[in-house]
Amino acid sequence: MEFVVISLLNGISYGLLLFMLASGFTLIFSMMGVLNFAHASFYMLGAYFGYQISTWLGFWPALFVAPLLVGAAGALVERYGLRRVHKSGHVPELLFTFGLSYIIVELVQIVWGRAAVPYQVPPELQGPLFTVFTTTFPAYRAFMMLIAVLMLVAIWLMLTRTRIGLVIQASLTHPGMAEALGHNVPRVYMLTFGGGTALAGLAGVIGGNAYVTEPSMAALVGAIIFVVTVVGGMGSLAGAFVASLLIGLMQTFAIGLDWSPVGLLGRLGIEITPETFLYALWSLKLSQVAPVLPYLLLVMILVFRPRGLMGTREG
Amino acid sequence: MPATIRFAPYDVGRWFVWATTAVMFAVLPLIFTKGFAITLLSQMGIMIVFALSYNMLFGQGGMLSFGHAVYSGLGAFFAIHALNWAGAGKIWLPVSLVPLVGGVFGALFGVLFGYVTTKKAGTPFAMITLGIGEMVFAASLMFPGFFGGEGGVSGNRVIGDPLLGVSFGPGIEVYYLIAVWCFGCMVAMFAFAQTPLGRISNAVRDNPERAEFIGYSAQRVRFLVLIVAAFFAGISGGLSAINFEIVTAENVSALRSGGVLLATFIGGAMFFFGPVLGAVIFVFFVVALSEYTKAWQFYLGVFFVLMVMYAPGGVASLVLINLRVMKYRLFARLRDPYAGVLLSALVLLVGVAMVVEMSYHLTLGASTGSTLKLFGFGVDSAAPEVWLLASGIVVAGALSFDAMRRYFAREWEAVQADIEEKIRREAGL
Repeated sequence: MEFVVISLLNGISYGLLLFMLASGFTLIFSMMGVLNFAHASFYMLGAYFGYQISTWLGFWPALFVAPLLVGAAGALVERYGLRRVHKSGHVPELLFTFGLSYIIVELVQIVWGRAAVPYQVPPELQGPLFTVFTTTFPAYRAFMMLIAVLMLVAIWLMLTRTRIGLVIQASLTHPGMAEALGHNVPRVYMLTFGGGTALAGLAGVIGGNAYVTEPSMAALVGAIIFVVTVVGGMGSLAGAFVASLLIGLMQTFAIGLDWSPVGLLGRLGIEITPETFLYALWSLKLSQVAPVLPYLLLVMILVFRPRGLMGTREG
Repeated sequence: MPATIRFAPYDVGRWFVWATTAVMFAVLPLIFTKGFAITLLSQMGIMIVFALSYNMLFGQGGMLSFGHAVYSGLGAFFAIHALNWAGAGKIWLPVSLVPLVGGVFGALFGVLFGYVTTKKAGTPFAMITLGIGEMVFAASLMFPGFFGGEGGVSGNRVIGDPLLGVSFGPGIEVYYLIAVWCFGCMVAMFAFAQTPLGRISNAVRDNPERAEFIGYSAQRVRFLVLIVAAFFAGISGGLSAINFEIVTAENVSALRSGGVLLATFIGGAMFFFGPVLGAVIFVFFVVALSEYTKAWQFYLGVFFVLMVMYAPGGVASLVLINLRVMKYRLFARLRDPYAGVLLSALVLLVGVAMVVEMSYHLTLGASTGSTLKLFGFGVDSAAPEVWLLASGIVVAGALSFDAMRRYFAREWEAVQADIEEKIRREAGL
């Protein structure tokens, strides 16, 4: 019971962090058709900016300034890089962001070095929030969840209740018509890209100190974002939300469980010994398989439900 | 007796190119005899096979894959196990055929994974291959019995008695083994591109709907092409297993998959010989440049992004378009603009390299003192005047490059317009 509650909470907080990344990624994809390979790199930039600004000004200013800086960087990338490649089609755009992810990792290493930086949780949020039976739940995790939920509500309100949100939605489905009505669609693209990367930056600021801020953090989370987006359905925000939580929970639970086919079959009375054929496969524990599970889920989804959980378009 | 007139023109140019390639493979190690040059050439040979096999998907089939290292890497693992078994006397297998083992297993995994991935095309295909690549990489660390865990599987390529004095111990013998396989694979892949399947894969790339209308299943075509590409990727994996005598999880990693994409795109995916150029340039970056600077990945990334932005056809397209200018004997007019652009670009490059190298040194090499060797000079990366000099060079380079670029663009447009005019006149007579 204790394990279930704690894993549930940890899984949800990790899932919400994933959603902060996936939401920006999905917005950019559904709007511009660009698979932003460098999205996780902007997440990393957010973490490093957050670290740097928090050493100068403290964590709270960093929480606001760092995402804005990341968003500005994203907008500049769109304006002077992506827009130029846009005319050559989607594959060059994808390749552009792919190359960009190489450059950002190297730039981060030039400035902050190859080792992890000591990015700490602010003192106000250190310590436990409450205790479940014997395990404590850190206050910072709850703070992460709060920020993610606030962000989710803010995006939803902005997209559905404000003028700029309506223009974004219009440019999303009918770019030609929106342009004919006098809206500057390229600027909306720039804002969307900047906004999406700013969301990734925000996720970096609050995720960087909960996990580790190091140059490999982009590669670690990058592929998972893709899985979330495909599983949820390409371009579906609601799908991305469900898939983020699903994958967050799945990974958190799997890491804590030592189940393996050997144990399961042992209970059914089937003995499996090291001599059995494919013993390495049977003796795998669920905790060992955990890193593969998201990708396995991806393949399953693609085989049985190619448009994803909540996707509307196929292929 | 009805006489049939057969007219099959003997393509002199093509034979000339292939013969030159073969001679290059044979002669290059005689010119560059240093051990480092041989390893460089060997790795280029392996990368050429890998990049060409990748281009069967990317350039010819329109499938952007982010997981091609899966096939070469798994092929390499099976090849090194086969090598070890052959060494232990469990199976009979000459070293020269080990790459074939890699190829066969690469193709088998191509059947397995390709069945899932080729259900899709375009962007979803790219994402699925990325997922499969990550899955195989994560799985490779889960089965240490087969994949050797973090340390990988090592082997020994010197097995059995030397045949005709060839033991594959020295690097040069391995180079020639790689050269023979590489040339054979190049010919085979070129031939594949001419087969009906190769041709229809171009059609599926350009317009899958119309390919379906004339009776070809686009999915089936993608699947078959992927299996063939995986076969050649497996061969390159087998070659790398022989060359390095070690295969680690890095061989199936996303880094490897990304590398082959970079190499292919830089070379030029739309031309058969593009990936060959790309492989040579890429290995030069990875192996040769990394000997001199820690920042090679930065330079590679910037080079790639610049290629995407300004030359989406890759180096091959740049070569061809300049050959066209030469063919119309207008290159003399471009000589001065070229000299100006290249010189100013060189100045800019020197400035940027100074800044990058000194920054790298400040963050990463601080333990060895603030002095580093740059272009043969000892430079103190902590001294402000050096930074001033470097930024001065960058600014001067950028300004002159911008001016030269405009000058070059003007001349280039004029020359291209003249060529168009000439072509029109020739056509109209």
